[in-house]
Amino acid sequence: MDSNLLKVTIDGRSIEVPPGTTILQAARMIGEHYPPAMCYYTPLKESGGKCRVCLVRVAQTSEANPRPMPKLVASCLTRVENGMVVENESSPEVLEARHGVVEFLLINHPLDCPVCDQAGECDLQNLAFEHGTEQTRYEEGRREFDKIDIGDKIQLHMTRCILCYRCVFTADQITNERVHGVLNRGDAAEIGTYIKHAIENDFSGNIVDVCPVGALTDKTYRFKQRVWFSKPFNAHRSCDKCCGEVVLWIKNNDVIRVTARKNKFGEVEKFICNDCRYDHKNLEDWVIGEAAEIERDSVIRANKYKTKIHSPAVQVDAKFVSE
Amino acid sequence: MARQILFEHINVPGINTLETYVSKGGYQSLARAFKMTPDEVTEEVKKSGLRGRGGAGFPTGMKWSFLDKKSDKPRYLVCNGDESEPGTFKDRHLMMNIPHALIEGMIVSSYALGARTSYIYVRGEMMPVIRVLEKAIQEAYKAGYLGNNIQGSGYSLDLYVQPGGGAYICGEETALLESLEGKRGNPRNKPPFPAVWGLYGCPTVVNNVETIADVPWIVNHGGDAYAAIGIGKSTGTKLISACGNINKPGIYEIELGLPVEEFIYSDQYCGGIPNGKKLKAVVAGGSSVPILPADLILKTANGEPRLMSYESLNDGGFVSGTMLGSGGFIVYDEDQCIVRNLWNFTRFYHHESCGQCSPCREGTGWMEKVLHRIEYGHGKMSDIDLLVDVAKKIEGKTICPLGEAAAWPVASAIRHFRAEFEAHVSDPGSCCKKHLHREMTSVH
Repeated sequence: MDSNLLKVTIDGRSIEVPPGTTILQAARMIGEHYPPAMCYYTPLKESGGKCRVCLVRVAQTSEANPRPMPKLVASCLTRVENGMVVENESSPEVLEARHGVVEFLLINHPLDCPVCDQAGECDLQNLAFEHGTEQTRYEEGRREFDKIDIGDKIQLHMTRCILCYRCVFTADQITNERVHGVLNRGDAAEIGTYIKHAIENDFSGNIVDVCPVGALTDKTYRFKQRVWFSKPFNAHRSCDKCCGEVVLWIKNNDVIRVTARKNKFGEVEKFICNDCRYDHKNLEDWVIGEAAEIERDSVIRANKYKTKIHSPAVQVDAKFVSE
Repeated sequence: MARQILFEHINVPGINTLETYVSKGGYQSLARAFKMTPDEVTEEVKKSGLRGRGGAGFPTGMKWSFLDKKSDKPRYLVCNGDESEPGTFKDRHLMMNIPHALIEGMIVSSYALGARTSYIYVRGEMMPVIRVLEKAIQEAYKAGYLGNNIQGSGYSLDLYVQPGGGAYICGEETALLESLEGKRGNPRNKPPFPAVWGLYGCPTVVNNVETIADVPWIVNHGGDAYAAIGIGKSTGTKLISACGNINKPGIYEIELGLPVEEFIYSDQYCGGIPNGKKLKAVVAGGSSVPILPADLILKTANGEPRLMSYESLNDGGFVSGTMLGSGGFIVYDEDQCIVRNLWNFTRFYHHESCGQCSPCREGTGWMEKVLHRIEYGHGKMSDIDLLVDVAKKIEGKTICPLGEAAAWPVASAIRHFRAEFEAHVSDPGSCCKKHLHREMTSVH
């Protein structure tokens, strides 16, 4: 055993990880039953800690300190110590807390999935499906905001936002200047550009990709298609601004949308530029490769298909077409 | 009169000027401290048993010793003067009237911590206090108590006052540091704690105004002398800001260990309840600590007299106890409505939530709306358990203690006064007719 590695046990399964690894990362390395994350985003520094859905119980802090941690901790930020024992889904306390957080996230969410472009690839939808309750206890009015066009390519629908701050970090870390941020506080807090500023830079489209819900949507794609009716294909082109590696969403030989490639945790692998995203929507522009693998659990798959299908989006489409 | 440490000279005319303050023995602790090593000063504070006066009651000396001394980055001392808890108004009085007590404490404490630059972060609404502090700091610079080579000791310190931007959340130490850095006042995730990663990523200690103002006395008289005051692990004196249904609202310096009953009824302190009314409940340490009914605030569950100390007030945990908190002592007589009071508190926490983490952002608003419904006669019996459940799902799940501060009052009010909530549901308006009538007529 490498003496630098730290041993952590999560829900009874152990793994050895390098120092600095967080509980969430270790759980993802182990595999299937890792905590959900709505705000944490591996490519973005300082993200995480806000949504509180990844809370876990640390039953033993370390080998040297066998005491449990007094409160549930955010697994996305808490670093592993040697001999740490973590309870995720095996702890009723954790599951109850997660239920609570999902309920909090939904009380002011409009639940307008039938008219939301994000439906089918929405983290909140998946989270609610897995951890939510069937009915809400919330009877009060929901928070509402007007839709705002921030630039000609992106629309902000604040009503759906869960304030994960991902788009703020994205603008901070991969673009030259950030012109939007969080205004106001409490449940009146909103993402905004303050004086109706447009977000215009070569990489602005990425804030749509990192948004876990339908708060930031691609205006060139709005209401064009439900995601599950189009086939995702990996494709690339030579681009002088970005890597040029994207996913093309194709229906009837038309490119209806271009997005960045995401890993199985729903995180963008390489950010792409607006040229690739908005200005190259012809099949001739691209070298098209294999069908993109979408391994993530999704509401649609869970509802429609009992068995695990390797590339559900493609097959879903095939099935609908044949029907 | 009981032992006075902070308020001994508070009524001396002109005590807010350096001249008068020095004539009453002010700034003597500097010469004493400079004869000691910084670690010896910290050791005295440890010996004194002084505990943080901002609410949590964490031992101050221990907090200082956590400061990362190995780091070669500069260290900072930040004084938390962002006093905004409903019911707590002690620091304002201290800073306004004896600003030099705080400045002297800042110098000695900064010396102990090895800080070369220190900040006093004052609540932005208290502009008069900020002006008083600014003037006092200028006086101290002129007299050579601040600046380069203070009194020939070789130690230099710059002290700045920073007004807050008007947010309760900036009283949370990491939100305060963010705000001081010029950012949005969002609390940080911990760890790392400020002792390791504080202001501008440097080792930082954040202390309450009253805590820092206690340090010169400890240096002058020794930690053991301070530890001899008070009771058990609650050493020294505490400023209590008393308000509500009492004959003599005000700010009192008490020796810790004073019986609560004496504090409420003695003429030396609150002077009893006006118009011969009965005591109904007390919030002992600012709006965020659990409310206790009269029988439990005067005597513990075991029947022992309840004392004004960290341990005694916490006797029985949150089932039958509360906390000393920041010393905001709110007294309710028999005419007051607990539901209405709770709605008001919850409204405050809803308004002051920073909105960063979901349980607090959404939960505080939810609780406020449900309480508003109950108060205005549209509640259901199931709402009461709903409130308990929502409070439970906020508590301990948030980034900073504002979640607890919002959840504890709700949980405790329903624990001790459930019948009153039920009465609001089953017979709307029976209790709060007065308020409701007044509000309805004031609309016109």
